[in-house]
Amino acid sequence: MKKLSPVLVLAAAAVAGSATAQEMTIVSWGGAYSNSQLRAYHEPFSEKTGVTIINDDSSAEAVAKLRAMNEAGNVTWDVVDVVAADAIRLCDEGLAMEIDADTQLAAAPDGTPASEDFGDLLVSDCFIPQIVYSTTFGYRTDLVGDTPPTDVCAVFDTATYPGKRSLEKRPINNMEWALICDGVAFEDVYDVLETEEGQNRALAKLDTIKDDVVWWSAGADTPQLLADGEVIMGSTYNGRLFSVIEEQNQPVAMLWDAQVFDLDGWIIPAGLSEERKQRALEYVYFATDTQRLADQAKYISYGPARASSAPLVGQHADLGIDMAPHMPTDPENAKRTFLYNYEFWADYRDDIDAKFQAWLAQ
Amino acid sequence: MSDTTQNGPMLAADGTTLKRSLARSLRREKTRALLLISPLLFFVFLSFIVPIVSMLFRSVENSIVQDTLPETVVALQSWDAQSGELPDEDVYAAFVRDMLVAIDEKTHTRLGSRLNYEETGMSSMFRRSGRQIKRLDPVEDAPFKDKLIEIHDGWGEVQTWAVIKTHSVQYTDGYFLNAIDMQRTVDGPAVQPENKQILIQLFWRTLQMSLIITGFCILLGYPVAWILANLPMRTANLLMILVLLPFWTSLLVRTSAWKVMLQQQGVINDVLVWLGMVDDAARLIIINNQIGTIIAMTHILLPFMILPMYSVMQTIPPTYLRAAKSLGASNWTAFWRVYFPQSVPGIGAGSILVFILAIGYYITPEIVGGTKGVFISNRIAYHISSSLNWGLAAALGTILLAAVLILYWAYDKIVGIDNVKLGG
Amino acid sequence: MATLTPVSRKPFSFVGPVMASAGAVLGLFVGTANGSGFVGVLVGAAVLAAIAWALMQFSVPERIGRWSVFALFAVAGFLLSGIPGLVAGGLAGWFYGWFHYWLFEGRYRAKLQPYLTSGQVLWHYAFRVICGAIFVFLITPILVVLPLSFNAQDFFTFTPEMLRFDPEGYSLKHYRDFFTNNEWQRSFKNSLIIAPIATIISVSLGTLAAIGLSQSHVPGRRAIMAMLISPMIVPLIISATGMFFFYSTIGNFLEGTLGLDKTFVGYVKVILAHAVLGVPFVIITVTATLVGFDRSLTRAAANMGAGPVRTFFKVQMPLILPGVISGGLFAFITSFDEVVVVLFVGSASQKTLPWQMFTGLREQISPTILAVAAILVVISIALLTTVEFLRRRSEKLRGMSPG
Repeated sequence: MKKLSPVLVLAAAAVAGSATAQEMTIVSWGGAYSNSQLRAYHEPFSEKTGVTIINDDSSAEAVAKLRAMNEAGNVTWDVVDVVAADAIRLCDEGLAMEIDADTQLAAAPDGTPASEDFGDLLVSDCFIPQIVYSTTFGYRTDLVGDTPPTDVCAVFDTATYPGKRSLEKRPINNMEWALICDGVAFEDVYDVLETEEGQNRALAKLDTIKDDVVWWSAGADTPQLLADGEVIMGSTYNGRLFSVIEEQNQPVAMLWDAQVFDLDGWIIPAGLSEERKQRALEYVYFATDTQRLADQAKYISYGPARASSAPLVGQHADLGIDMAPHMPTDPENAKRTFLYNYEFWADYRDDIDAKFQAWLAQ
Repeated sequence: MSDTTQNGPMLAADGTTLKRSLARSLRREKTRALLLISPLLFFVFLSFIVPIVSMLFRSVENSIVQDTLPETVVALQSWDAQSGELPDEDVYAAFVRDMLVAIDEKTHTRLGSRLNYEETGMSSMFRRSGRQIKRLDPVEDAPFKDKLIEIHDGWGEVQTWAVIKTHSVQYTDGYFLNAIDMQRTVDGPAVQPENKQILIQLFWRTLQMSLIITGFCILLGYPVAWILANLPMRTANLLMILVLLPFWTSLLVRTSAWKVMLQQQGVINDVLVWLGMVDDAARLIIINNQIGTIIAMTHILLPFMILPMYSVMQTIPPTYLRAAKSLGASNWTAFWRVYFPQSVPGIGAGSILVFILAIGYYITPEIVGGTKGVFISNRIAYHISSSLNWGLAAALGTILLAAVLILYWAYDKIVGIDNVKLGG
Repeated sequence: MATLTPVSRKPFSFVGPVMASAGAVLGLFVGTANGSGFVGVLVGAAVLAAIAWALMQFSVPERIGRWSVFALFAVAGFLLSGIPGLVAGGLAGWFYGWFHYWLFEGRYRAKLQPYLTSGQVLWHYAFRVICGAIFVFLITPILVVLPLSFNAQDFFTFTPEMLRFDPEGYSLKHYRDFFTNNEWQRSFKNSLIIAPIATIISVSLGTLAAIGLSQSHVPGRRAIMAMLISPMIVPLIISATGMFFFYSTIGNFLEGTLGLDKTFVGYVKVILAHAVLGVPFVIITVTATLVGFDRSLTRAAANMGAGPVRTFFKVQMPLILPGVISGGLFAFITSFDEVVVVLFVGSASQKTLPWQMFTGLREQISPTILAVAAILVVISIALLTTVEFLRRRSEKLRGMSPG
């Protein structure tokens, strides 16, 4: 017995160790997006390292759940896919690990350090950018008459384009568009929005179309509403519109004007054991290198976050069409774009959201 | 009643006094009842009540300011927030010492997001200042007042320090004030600006709409339960399938189904247009408003009304009704004076189920409710999962819970829980 | 059921006006569709009254009469609006033919007690029509949405192809997706593991507690009751976060101290969380049934020498069974349909069907959730019919007449 027990303990430790060594839980959004990650990142990574990746479609609850996990001292996730605004929140709350881009992420093939390759997109110390997506409008080609809209302000023009439009049920993006269409220059939008008058001005502009708006809260809503003909135009993520237009062949077209760029990427939760942390770092090092980011664009129309990945974007893996013209970052599409101001919304979100909801309920 | 006779105490069969024997049997009955209840009570208490209470406790818990800035909080005590003057240098020095510790533990940004609920801009102020305060030395770099104001204008504003001072208490009523559209300020509780008032309105709407939904469920559920209980078993069981099918179908599917039915290009409108009842240009708007929520939720909750009513009505012998009629009661009297009172426990159980479920719903209102058909739970969910303002979410939840308990109590007083016999 | 009341033929003074008012309803619809509802009402009433008169005047035999009304309406419908009109007209014709003879022959009285007044007969049928309408309300959304599971597109939309009954518009791909996609299969299995076990726990503990609560002297009954139904009162999102903390601690203990398997512990967590959520339903329905329970029965059983356990299973249980079953149904559905708590308490390997559906609705609309719903509906119809069939059979075997 005396001889046996240390052996047993060792064996148990080895079993436990190997069990955890071979598994990691990666959290993402589900649907086509998770599928693109599975094919571009997870499968090659598993092949290379032998690590089994478990997919958890919980990104929508990631912030709340990570906070709960952290408080309970039982973080079960290894890498989490979140939008940049959530990454900032998680970083502020001390729930995500800080990353040093130059030492912990891969450099570009030509040796450019990661911090330069990602550039401005490293919006938080904890955030590892993955894709650039945009929130933009799609419209029904058969319901807008002979003059299809080219300007985002068509959304506010109910005289020329009568019918319902769908907007997201939150202030972010809508307030910006309202101000732009109320005559505020792009660069002044956030200065105006900082003031009480600016916020009232944006709400007043939105008030002009309030009766014509269907408010959405899930990314899949606008595509469904467009397909039903329930709305004639609506905002959603550009990848959803790509799928509606190219994969589902609906009579819908993109209105790229004043699209709002946003970022989605990885964070590593704070408080992982050293071993899991190393594995998570290994994964993000692998999954965010130049080639891998370009690979993801084969499956979904979101732009890779690295400058060096852009030239490598090829054709859609199943449809065989060139993906570059469908990227929000394509020069043709990005003539007039708007960059989501993270710092601003981190500060003003609580305040403006309360006002926005009160306005909605009036 | 007396438990003695003239000949002395009355005795039970085993020779003890009747009084004692009764007491013992009562005690035994109580023990047995408690034994039957205890496993579940223990289970629910441990795995539900305790966690929920500790969750709701967050609505008053507010130690973060004291924990993160212990010296500052003490130093601020001697400062008069209403004086309109900035605090002295010792407050700034204490603040820098606290911040250096906090930055080291990375808790300063957490405090920033907490205070940002109260004063917009605090979040970035703490984050940005943190990067620069990190380089200061608590002894050599003194004095700090001007240095901090240079780092961020915010440190030169009285309001900033007033907010820190106001929210430095260990236990706060701030979240509850927020939950009823008020706020905690230096001058005591104050009403929120009008353009941010929404929560009271949402509470009222939630209560009203839940009552309406419960009413509709009673109205629609009663005839169905009655006919199910009075038809021959064979037919009743077949019809029961019609009640159970929607019940078996996922809530998400049923909600989506109502979307397909109710929207302007939806099935109901299409059929009405085809029949010519409604003009194509004037399709009915029956979704994304209160009507949509009421229709969809009535449908979703109806089985919760029918099934308890049915199980109670099944136990009412149909002969009672016939007896009443043969004794000369009119149809209405027979129903109202004989049948209805016996079915009240079913109505009570069903109503309580439906009302309480309705009050806490948020997925269905979110999908079909648009802007005017959403409930307070939608706001709670927002604060839990998006804004991370769990204190406010907990306060809202506590108020909702209290409202339900008050209604439950009022129901008990007016109708009498004994009529529902929720506890025998 | 045997005929209760002898039937006799009714005069035109009764049949005519009733048929006319029935015709007015149809006329209203057809009329509004073609311009004027008022004219439609008049024409409809006149036509139906005329038909009734003709059928009675010439004593048309029932079979011929019904066929000719059917044909008349079908042709009229076809002339008015083509194929859909033919179908709608045929249905209306079938109904009116049946309705006429039902009235004329006085069959509507056959199954009612002979002493009922005409008002009571009218109410009897009006009440059935109302109930029918409520059943339609209950079932229509589901019947409407199920065809969409055969949609060739990935939307919840009736495409023009589907409305034309063009085979192009239909496809089984969402069913294929359900049966071949691992995520759907795994979540379906998880739901089938979690829901029944959670139901058994809440029903057994809940029934015991309900019986305990129904005793006459329970100290602090109100407080206990409030505690036991609290899982239903607290908004789910708050329960979910609160329970998360508890179950994380339990999970750490089970995994760390007892060294149990991670997946197993994951299931235990979700099952226990769902069991708590199911408890209030069991308590409420079972106590409601116990109200009508005659307690002298248990005393009688005890008197005759049955122990408490035997009394419970032989006397009490059969009587409160309907309440227990409906409580159990609620508990099962609570777990089978619950999405908020499992999102928090569960992890990827305990993903349940509603969770998968929720992601499906949020991330990418996919009628696969409708295919799942259709499959579940078919399964439950099959189950319910089997149960009903078995019940009748056992009654027959016991020599009872099926009720």
